Amino acid sequence: MSDHNVFVTESTVAGDDAGPLADRTIAIKDNMSTEGVRTTCGSAMLADYVPPYNATVVDRVLDAGATIVGKANMDEFAMGGTTETSAFGPTENPAAPGHVPGGSSGGSAAAVAAGDADLALGSDTGGSVRNPAAFCGVVGIKPTYGLVSRYGIVAYANSLEQVGPLATTVEDAALLLDVIAGPDDHDATTHDRAADSEYAAAADGDVDGLSIGVITDLIEGADDDVVETFEASLDELESQGAEITEVSLDSLEHAVQAYYVIAMSEASSNLARFDGVRYGPEGDREGNWNDSFAAVREEGFGPEVKRRILLGTYALSAGYHDKYYKKAQDARAWVKQDFDEAFEEVDVLASPTMPVTPPALGESLDDPLQLYLMDANTVPVNLANLPAISVPAGDVDGLPVGLQLIGPKFGEETIIRAASAVEE
Amino acid sequence: MTAQAVEPTEHAVVIGLEVHVQLETSTKIFCGCSTTADDDEEPNSRTCPVCLGLPGALPVLNEGAVEAAVKIGKALEADIPERTTFHRKNYYYPDLPKNFQLTQYDAPICQQGSLEISVEGTRRAIGITRAHLEEDPGSLQHKGGSIDTADATLINYNRAGTPLVEIVTEPDFRSPQETRAFLAKLEGVLEYLGVFDSTRDGSLRVDANISLVDSEAVDDDGSIDDDALADANRTEVKNISSHKGAEKALAYEVTRQKNAVRRGRGVETETRHWDESRGITVSMRSKESEADYRYFREADLPPLEVSHWKEEIPIPELPDARRERFESEYGLGSEAASKLTSTKSVADFFESVAESFDADLAATWVADNLLGELNYRDMEITDVEGRLEEFTRLIELVDAEELTVKNAEEIVLREMLDEGEAPETIVDREGLGKADEGEIEGFVTEAIEENPDAVEDFHNGEDGALNFLVGQVMQKSQGSADPGSVNELLRAELAE
Amino acid sequence: MSDSPVDPEDVRHVAGLARVDLADTEVDEFTEQFADILDYFEALDEVPEVDSEPELVNVMRDDEVHEGLSQEEALQNAPETEDGYFKGPSVS
Repeated sequence: MSDHNVFVTESTVAGDDAGPLADRTIAIKDNMSTEGVRTTCGSAMLADYVPPYNATVVDRVLDAGATIVGKANMDEFAMGGTTETSAFGPTENPAAPGHVPGGSSGGSAAAVAAGDADLALGSDTGGSVRNPAAFCGVVGIKPTYGLVSRYGIVAYANSLEQVGPLATTVEDAALLLDVIAGPDDHDATTHDRAADSEYAAAADGDVDGLSIGVITDLIEGADDDVVETFEASLDELESQGAEITEVSLDSLEHAVQAYYVIAMSEASSNLARFDGVRYGPEGDREGNWNDSFAAVREEGFGPEVKRRILLGTYALSAGYHDKYYKKAQDARAWVKQDFDEAFEEVDVLASPTMPVTPPALGESLDDPLQLYLMDANTVPVNLANLPAISVPAGDVDGLPVGLQLIGPKFGEETIIRAASAVEE
Repeated sequence: MTAQAVEPTEHAVVIGLEVHVQLETSTKIFCGCSTTADDDEEPNSRTCPVCLGLPGALPVLNEGAVEAAVKIGKALEADIPERTTFHRKNYYYPDLPKNFQLTQYDAPICQQGSLEISVEGTRRAIGITRAHLEEDPGSLQHKGGSIDTADATLINYNRAGTPLVEIVTEPDFRSPQETRAFLAKLEGVLEYLGVFDSTRDGSLRVDANISLVDSEAVDDDGSIDDDALADANRTEVKNISSHKGAEKALAYEVTRQKNAVRRGRGVETETRHWDESRGITVSMRSKESEADYRYFREADLPPLEVSHWKEEIPIPELPDARRERFESEYGLGSEAASKLTSTKSVADFFESVAESFDADLAATWVADNLLGELNYRDMEITDVEGRLEEFTRLIELVDAEELTVKNAEEIVLREMLDEGEAPETIVDREGLGKADEGEIEGFVTEAIEENPDAVEDFHNGEDGALNFLVGQVMQKSQGSADPGSVNELLRAELAE
Repeated sequence: MSDSPVDPEDVRHVAGLARVDLADTEVDEFTEQFADILDYFEALDEVPEVDSEPELVNVMRDDEVHEGLSQEEALQNAPETEDGYFKGPSVS
């Protein structure tokens, strides 16, 4: 294995003998339950937690013949964009040494970029598959909400997240998506779709006549050289027959706020179960359950997780619920509406995946708000429950840049097709 | 202890109830774990990632629980709204696997119903504000003492996730007696619906809210001034688990509160715990200032649009209607009709029996004989439902005078229940079949020959001697002869 | 509910609700950060009210028993157990 601190746990779980992923190795993000294999979510709270069951997506990749090679490092409980909040140390970007691999699925993207695994699964709540895909120069897909089962994925923000594939090529990522997509009786939010999908076949590079809307609101906040690289990519697509236009979505101005209020609120509730009784760190704690729970959670959670839990609790608390949580839901509905209207005019929407190139390790940790703003290009997609893909578009002085293509609901084939044209 | 009727003193009693009912579904509300505990079940042996609250688990709603809730709404004449949703109630406690409870908040599945009660001949409608679905938490044991003194808690999540319906009433009760009548009636209705089993431990849990208000604030019809109620102190009483317990707990509270007022101490707004064994309520300390539950919608559970189920799902004839029909259709008295509609199973059994016999005969056999013998043996009608045919044949034997009523009641029925045998088998073995005439005539002749003194006494005018001879014949026939005919035969022979 | 910045008491209150102990330094640090972040969230006040329809409705499963975890599996990650029970702190 490469020396980038890609894995929290190296462990081999062999899949079935035959299947579409036979002879392929796969890294599984460490927030996905793997029976008998430690699943830490990058947190001290779960440093010794061994699930007694598999996440549905894990069962599906094993049934398809893949061999799991390890549990990939991640930002603690998926809260972060650089994999630097992990209790097990940061992961280094194999495509840009000394720089972050992105996050929160940094280990998954790095595993693929370094060749430690052929494929990887990550989770995307506000960009956590697309962000590291862009920063590591690999392909990452966030499916439409409800396409892939979340059963067994340790929840951060359950109305926003999806499991997504990472790979070095669009076709491989699409193949992995074929394997994991489809309804699951254990997840009541999955749609009755894609049980027999053929996403891999859609990676045929044919974009003749495809209309692409560039989201101008997401260009404005991006670094100039990132925009330059992004536009060069678009020129390439145009030469292959795509039509490029511009689109503006007013609602996006409030997307980051809406995302964080919703995500933090849900997180404050989803992480309440970590109280040291059914699982958690050992310890000799004094006092009654209030004292004991508070002590366990103080020990087990890192500062970013604490920050989000507290802010989420605040946003839901009496007197503030309407101001924050309810308003955030209104903003979310507005964003959805905006996107729906845009898709009446174009087939796909495009933006740079990230507004910046991968920062140096250690650079981003002082100002949480600055870190949140880095998510501006990816969070709107989660708010709108839409599918999106990040595909390598080039680099700036060796630092990878990703192109994001967003599709209409269940329009995975369209964005896969468009992304495969970028690859060529 | 019976409650006092509300006296015309300066205070009137206002009570509202929150009733938690465990549903008789096969599985838990959000997962496929069974709701049935085997005897001697090991702790934490009936769980899964969902009801244990493991990281990554997701809830999936049990259709059976939704059906049960709709039936309850229908029986309580409540509205089932267009859309109903689930919310998270967020708080921390060791019996909550997720440290939030999945429940319903602003869009419950049933709203605005009512249930009529009758107390000492007076009928009143009790308003049902709402009924909603939620999950049961796990069970706690306090290690090393009571809830106040324990140093650790032992937790069993087998019960966690059992489906509950919470039924909330308007503050319409004006006496503890009324709450008992309501709960007894509610249990009957729920049991008829097949969604509830009163014999199951913990299947009914009641929290009561009780206030003393100025008598003047309450009208003759029981309606109350809203402001007066809002101003009054309210005591919550928890840990009530039966309809009798409700009456006792609330009667105690009424006395306690009135005494406090009389002594100039006033009544605090607080939560109290009913201690059934000591017969008192105890203040629950460390009840924090109002909890902030931070309710928000559960995104993992899509909303329900099941208002049309109210039309589509049938419910059985309910206890009151059935009792009235038994009175009119079978001509039964109200006491017999009540006994025979005490549970749906008894009522069903009776009606099956009544298909073959005159209603009075069927009623006597089921209500008096069978239920009596079952009760004595701590058995239920459900224990013998499968033996309806045998029971019917027993009655036939008596009806056809092949078996005396006395033998049927005292020997055959009891042995049927104790040994599980068919009536004919018992009759043959014990020789209880109607003796044939020739045999009886033989016994009569024998009795006369063996008892010359009695014969002489009879001829001297002592009728008592005849009874003695009848007794002798009965003994010889092992009770299978009919005393009336034996009497006639003796007279005939003695007359010769 | 006002526009004034959040104060350390608010942070402590919320930490209580969330059952997370905080050191005094953390309280101060969070108070400062929260003021900035909540200020940023103020922009949500401008958002109009928008309704949205749910995606899925009436997703339910049959009332059928499925196999679950053994007692051993259920207890395997617990820091403390006793005779098959999870052992937790006292509740008074």
